[in-house]
Amino acid sequence: MTDTFSDAPRNAPRDDDSGKVLDETLQGVYPPSEEMLNRPVDPALRARNEQQLRAAWKTPTGWRYWSAVNNSEVGRWYSLTAFFFMLCAGVLALLMRIQLAVPDNDFLSADRFNQFFTMHGSAMMFLFAVPMFEAISILILPAFLGARDMPFPRLSAYGYWSFLIGGCFVLGSILFNASPSSGWFMYPPLATEQEGVGPDIWLLGLSFIEIASIAAAVELIVGTIKCRPPGMRINLMPLYAWYVLVVGAMILFAFPPLIAGDYLFELQRSLDWPFFDPDRGGDPMLWQHLFWIFGHPEVYIVFLPSIAVAAMVIPTAAQRPIVGYEWIVLSAVGVGFLSFGLWVHHMFTTGLPSISLGFFSAASEAVVIPTGVQIFAFIATLMAGRVKMSQPVLWIAGALAIFTAGGLTGVMVAVAPFDWQVHDTYFIVAHLHYTLFGGMVFPIIGGIYYFYPFITKKKMSDRLSKWAFWLTFSGFNICFLPMHLTGLRGMPRRVASYPEAAGWDWLNMISTVGSFIIAAGILVFAWDLLRPKSRQPLTERNPWNAGTLEWSHDVPAEAWGSRSVPYVTSRYPLWEEPKLQERLDDGRFYIPDAPEGKRETIVSSAVDAVPQAAVPITGPTWCTLWAAGFTGGAFILPVFQMYWAAVVSGVFAIACVIYWLWTATAQVPKKPMRDAGLGLKLPTYVSGPNAPGWWGVFITMLGDSTAFASLVFGVFFFWTARPDFPPADAPLPDAVLAALSGLGFALAWGATVAARRFNRHGRAGLARGFIGAAVALACGAGAALALTVLVPGLEPASHAFPAVMCALAVWTGAHTVLGALMLLYCLAGSWFGKLTPRYDADLRNTTLYWHFLCLSGVITALLLGAFPRLLA
Amino acid sequence: MKRRAAICVLPFLLTACAGEQSVLDPAGRDAQVLSDLFWVMLAGAVVLWLFVNGLIFYVTRIAPRPLGRRAAEALIIGGGVVFPTIVLGALLIYALSEMPNQRASGEGLEVRVMAHQYWWRVEYWPDGASEPVISANEIRLPTGQRSEITLNAERVIHSFWIPALGGKTDLIPGRQTRMSLEPVRAGQFRGQCAEFCGESHAYMAFGAVTMPPEEFAAWLEAEAAPAKPPEGNEATRGAALFLSEGCGACHAVRGTAASGAVGPDLTHLASRRTLAAGILPMEKAALRDWVSDPARFKPGVEMPGFDHLTDAELEALASYLMGLT
Repeated sequence: MTDTFSDAPRNAPRDDDSGKVLDETLQGVYPPSEEMLNRPVDPALRARNEQQLRAAWKTPTGWRYWSAVNNSEVGRWYSLTAFFFMLCAGVLALLMRIQLAVPDNDFLSADRFNQFFTMHGSAMMFLFAVPMFEAISILILPAFLGARDMPFPRLSAYGYWSFLIGGCFVLGSILFNASPSSGWFMYPPLATEQEGVGPDIWLLGLSFIEIASIAAAVELIVGTIKCRPPGMRINLMPLYAWYVLVVGAMILFAFPPLIAGDYLFELQRSLDWPFFDPDRGGDPMLWQHLFWIFGHPEVYIVFLPSIAVAAMVIPTAAQRPIVGYEWIVLSAVGVGFLSFGLWVHHMFTTGLPSISLGFFSAASEAVVIPTGVQIFAFIATLMAGRVKMSQPVLWIAGALAIFTAGGLTGVMVAVAPFDWQVHDTYFIVAHLHYTLFGGMVFPIIGGIYYFYPFITKKKMSDRLSKWAFWLTFSGFNICFLPMHLTGLRGMPRRVASYPEAAGWDWLNMISTVGSFIIAAGILVFAWDLLRPKSRQPLTERNPWNAGTLEWSHDVPAEAWGSRSVPYVTSRYPLWEEPKLQERLDDGRFYIPDAPEGKRETIVSSAVDAVPQAAVPITGPTWCTLWAAGFTGGAFILPVFQMYWAAVVSGVFAIACVIYWLWTATAQVPKKPMRDAGLGLKLPTYVSGPNAPGWWGVFITMLGDSTAFASLVFGVFFFWTARPDFPPADAPLPDAVLAALSGLGFALAWGATVAARRFNRHGRAGLARGFIGAAVALACGAGAALALTVLVPGLEPASHAFPAVMCALAVWTGAHTVLGALMLLYCLAGSWFGKLTPRYDADLRNTTLYWHFLCLSGVITALLLGAFPRLLA
Repeated sequence: MKRRAAICVLPFLLTACAGEQSVLDPAGRDAQVLSDLFWVMLAGAVVLWLFVNGLIFYVTRIAPRPLGRRAAEALIIGGGVVFPTIVLGALLIYALSEMPNQRASGEGLEVRVMAHQYWWRVEYWPDGASEPVISANEIRLPTGQRSEITLNAERVIHSFWIPALGGKTDLIPGRQTRMSLEPVRAGQFRGQCAEFCGESHAYMAFGAVTMPPEEFAAWLEAEAAPAKPPEGNEATRGAALFLSEGCGACHAVRGTAASGAVGPDLTHLASRRTLAAGILPMEKAALRDWVSDPARFKPGVEMPGFDHLTDAELEALASYLMGLT
């Protein structure tokens, strides 16, 4: 391998004229020539490389298995856990259907019924639909991209353990009769006033899971942007990767408003800060806006991944490339954008002005267009090819039949006046289940049938698949089709019982029968999925004759994923590049070995996928499990008012994360360059905008800023919705202190930027001085911010105005603490040689964080110091 | 979709659409318009569903001649962009132009509804009235005119909905919302709270009665009058019990010492169609059971049970209340 390249690696960093240390860039030949790709690899070398890779990627055995972080393990646990939560939520649905089978039933008490429907909705949304997308994506995305793993494997593992702990906690509450019972939408004042721990379980447990979801979304986005194989320009990506980008971005902008809402909500529940209490200047409508700004994109977050699965299955079924790739990408992006402009259609009956209803009605109808484009592109693809009917296609066809029905009722309910009639009735229950079964459950099951041979190298049963399909499909229609009529005959949603005189009895009985037929179908599917298959033969390598990279993996499976990271020039490499498989297996492509015994991944440029580096990625560890456990403690203990224990748990969680970062990320490499094969040398360390870590911080901060923006939205919402904001005689936050705090943030930011500059210029001592100054300034800015609300004596429990001012201060204060911790981490890194002029990723990421923190700090200072005075 | 169409098209099943609480059995102008709109949209939806799914069936089961690229793109643009733009444009123009009609302000009568957990306080304010006529858990409206309905909630969010007359509007604490309804046919209907409002959300309904204007005026006059005095021994004993048990602390019976405002006004209780916000028939036995243990019928209700009363006492109380016509 090395003999094709003669340049000796340079060990010393290069400097430019001003003394600035420059990063290494790729050296050698790129792109590879056909001749280079044809050159065979010596069998002995190949065997040695395979040996190295196998050792580096070995999955831990025995009880240590659970310390694995590889995407194939984590993805498997993640998807099975989400499936298990789905079954639990399904059982709740069956129990509710028994209760509603006959009028005036007393099988479940009203309170238990309310807990059940709350948990059914919450679990299906937060514990199944969104995590299932992330789980499946973690499992298969790297393979689509010819990558060996996700860019941050430990983050996936951390996300999974958080999801497991949070999910068991939230769902387990049902066993103790302590679940939330105010609906999955948790409208205040009902939910703020509910007694017991139910709402706290919902708020804190699900916030915990949402944070894990965001972490996974960040990782998926970075994986798609930065870890594509060389040559896979953004317009050659498999459509699934496009959907991952769109859905990841949607999660990033949709979940934070809910987290901001949860934050306010929990402050009201624990500290009695009256954000949603109309008697003290609050407004319950603020929650509805924040919830549905999250809640509507959520629907598309659930729906688009299934379209993504269909977009992978359909070309294979038709045995030809997808028709209208560009149209599909545009439509997916279009749906992503539109979905943020529709939230008010969940609030058509709240008495908003007609003009907004008209606008949101039209925007809701507009979603039909991109959705229609995607569906017609699929049909055109099927028409353009010759369809071989296989099990996955049956499920996809069933999905389209159900989804189009749900879409058409969606057109009806998007018409505001018609919605006034059917809103919150069984018509909506039918509509939403048609869209979710057709837009999520059926395509996902189809996808599982399709990808199962890729994941386990075994096939699922054709016969059981048919049984499962026809049971689920017929049961679904028997259950949900009559519900349209039930709703039109006036049955509201979320009723624990109904009188015989209402005349809804026979319709409900039919639905109950149907629900059990669905359950039978799902059980057949579950059996087919989980039944032992050890005696079954392995499948062939590419059983469906598909065209995308995931089917190039070895049979039997190897933990390394892709034997070498290919150079790709087409959308369907296995169809369009006939020699690719042989070259891949031979290890003729990039990083076919693991000379230092490390797990590595290729980092490439965001648009053109030019290779930029081959960086090590993290391997098995227990610290992610510990970190998740302690983070769980920090979220769960406050439910039981154990605030100090929660703080301790939080400190331990931070310690675990610091340990994990310090020992495994942005390590100074032994060699600055690595021979990546095919005459190409790549740096083994990247920092700044080339680095996945930098993108991770950037994307996380976009989400975090969205949460902050949601709080700011809250301030302006109160201002427009309430005449007493701020109340006439209320003390205002101190303007001078607010100004000082804003100045402090700006100076701390300046010092951080200076530290990064000086460090790059090799002046490590000066850089340390500036980092120290930045820490001091950050502490000062944080203290000034606290005093801004403390000195004038704002009483947050008295009115929504001081409450929202204090909430902003607490939010920004907490971020300041984090910012100071990050600076101290860099200081320690510089001191102990982890951070050098050349290897400065930590400091660059910290600087990036401070760009955002400075902005939110200054905005907070303005909102506290200036805005109330402008109003008063 | 296919089956739904079949259900509603078959004449012997047309009764499936009828009912006191049915959107498809309209008795108000707004409900009529929306019901017609529904049937039109349903017909369109069935046609489109059959077209799209027929196409899918055709391309997956009956191998067609492979499609060229241009034809494929024409299908995507035509089916995905052009056709929906035209159809949805037309639908929106028609449906949204209807919205102001359904939101028009009422003339003459204003009904103010205050939602509590789990019952409705109802005030009738005829044109120019300085004092309302107070009732509870039943809405009466005159036909042939649009009445204004003003909505408020005491503690949590509810939603006010009479499907036979028109769409629903939420009642939100700290805000006032409004709607209007224009009944066209006299009759008896059922309304129900449509926004989840707590443990007994399912048990928060109400009777709705539409009457010709002159009948309505007569009824309103009677409703404004104080309560009838008890007739007969049992009812008189009941009236005394009503006061001695402290019922008057929460309930008002105009013309007596009972003037509580926490619970529903009972002045003309027995003239209503239903008891306990639309969940029990207005019968003596039901009334007795309710007073003895309201939480059995409505978990989480604020009214305490009076199960310490003897059967005879409960009977007397029920006689008195049943006389409040």
